Amino acid sequence: MSKQNLGKIVDTDRETQPPYLYPDYVATRLRAPRKPLIILPKTLSDTTGPAFGRGPIGDLDNDLTRQHEGEPLGERIIVSGRVLDGDGRPVRNSLIEIWQANAAGRYTHALDRHPAPLDPNFSGAGRCLTDAAGRYRFVTIKPGAYPWKNHPNAWRPAHIHLSLFGEAFRSRLITQMYFPGDPLFEHDPIFQSVRDKEAQQRMISAFDLETTRPEWALGYRFDIVLEGRNATPMENRK
Amino acid sequence: MSPEPTPSQTIGPFFHDALLDADRSELIPPGHPHAVRIQGTVYDGAGEPVPDAMIEIWQANGAGRYGDPKDEREDLPFDPETFSGFGRFGTDAGGKYSFVTLKPGPVPGPDGGLQAPHIMVSVFARGLLKRLVTRIYFPDEEEANAQDPVLASIEDQEFRRTLVAREEGGALRFDVHLQGDNQTAFFDL
Repeated sequence: MSKQNLGKIVDTDRETQPPYLYPDYVATRLRAPRKPLIILPKTLSDTTGPAFGRGPIGDLDNDLTRQHEGEPLGERIIVSGRVLDGDGRPVRNSLIEIWQANAAGRYTHALDRHPAPLDPNFSGAGRCLTDAAGRYRFVTIKPGAYPWKNHPNAWRPAHIHLSLFGEAFRSRLITQMYFPGDPLFEHDPIFQSVRDKEAQQRMISAFDLETTRPEWALGYRFDIVLEGRNATPMENRK
Repeated sequence: MSPEPTPSQTIGPFFHDALLDADRSELIPPGHPHAVRIQGTVYDGAGEPVPDAMIEIWQANGAGRYGDPKDEREDLPFDPETFSGFGRFGTDAGGKYSFVTLKPGPVPGPDGGLQAPHIMVSVFARGLLKRLVTRIYFPDEEEANAQDPVLASIEDQEFRRTLVAREEGGALRFDVHLQGDNQTAFFDL
């Protein structure tokens, strides 16, 4: 890291990541910063990160269909995949948290006013740690699409929110996983904020017969790649 | 071939039940002799408080060592069991957040020197398609702040000052302005 790089100010919106300002997604208009970002040199402050042991994670936390007395309504699904770093190496023992709407497209959240039924058997929150190969697995139900007030007749495609820590502060990611073939993709500014078509595909899970359990649940595969490749020097990163 | 990263998407407005079910606002007990309260408000570009943001912090312990085995400086105390260095807070209806923590020690900088004590901050919110990263520096560290390579890299003095908390009523105040003339400085990692 050389001194002259430190003061450099750049616009880093890459097509493979959404920009901060995407006017079609109305909430970005007053929340996106307008001043250029400052390049932060790599130091221990961001190449380290919190570790979460099994402590806070219960045995059923990755099964959103067994958190209540009865079973939730909806299409039972298994969402599984691997978490990799930028070099393709598995990210081990790393916390994944998820949240989602129920099959009718309603969140348990107090501020969700969508007039669709709540499901007393579904809270829509789960978490787990990746295993030694970076694998994770959730059992849940397929979330429904739901309306929002961004523009007239606006609907979010069905999605599951995912929060990941990876191995360092640098690799922190919150994203959304979508389902293949959703007709709402082209009308959704949050999905479309990622302009690169290949990058869009990386937010869509794949139906997977291999992880589909006969007579029980459909399988969807979703691999997640976090930023951060320690082998690449800062100077070559941009 | 290296795989391409998964794109970021907004945290949205409905994360609270999933991400905030455990209270992670107190990194140490408030009665601890070195406890520091850090609080502030998140504002949007119209100057309105942001009631649905999530703030996360990550910091070294009082000796300047991070609670992660990747920080291999064995001459410094390593205590992730008692001080995780991680905090999380969902802003309230008034856009406010608050942490109780301790001031971290100085940590290694990019050129072999030291960085002034600071806390790494991630800001997530509805309307943020990817997180914002900033830092909290301490007002009683004028000398160290003056020599900090990251602060020094920001030429505009006023912009630089957005990263230094100020003392207010026995606590430290650090507001986050997402946009506008007094916008907080944010980093590209």
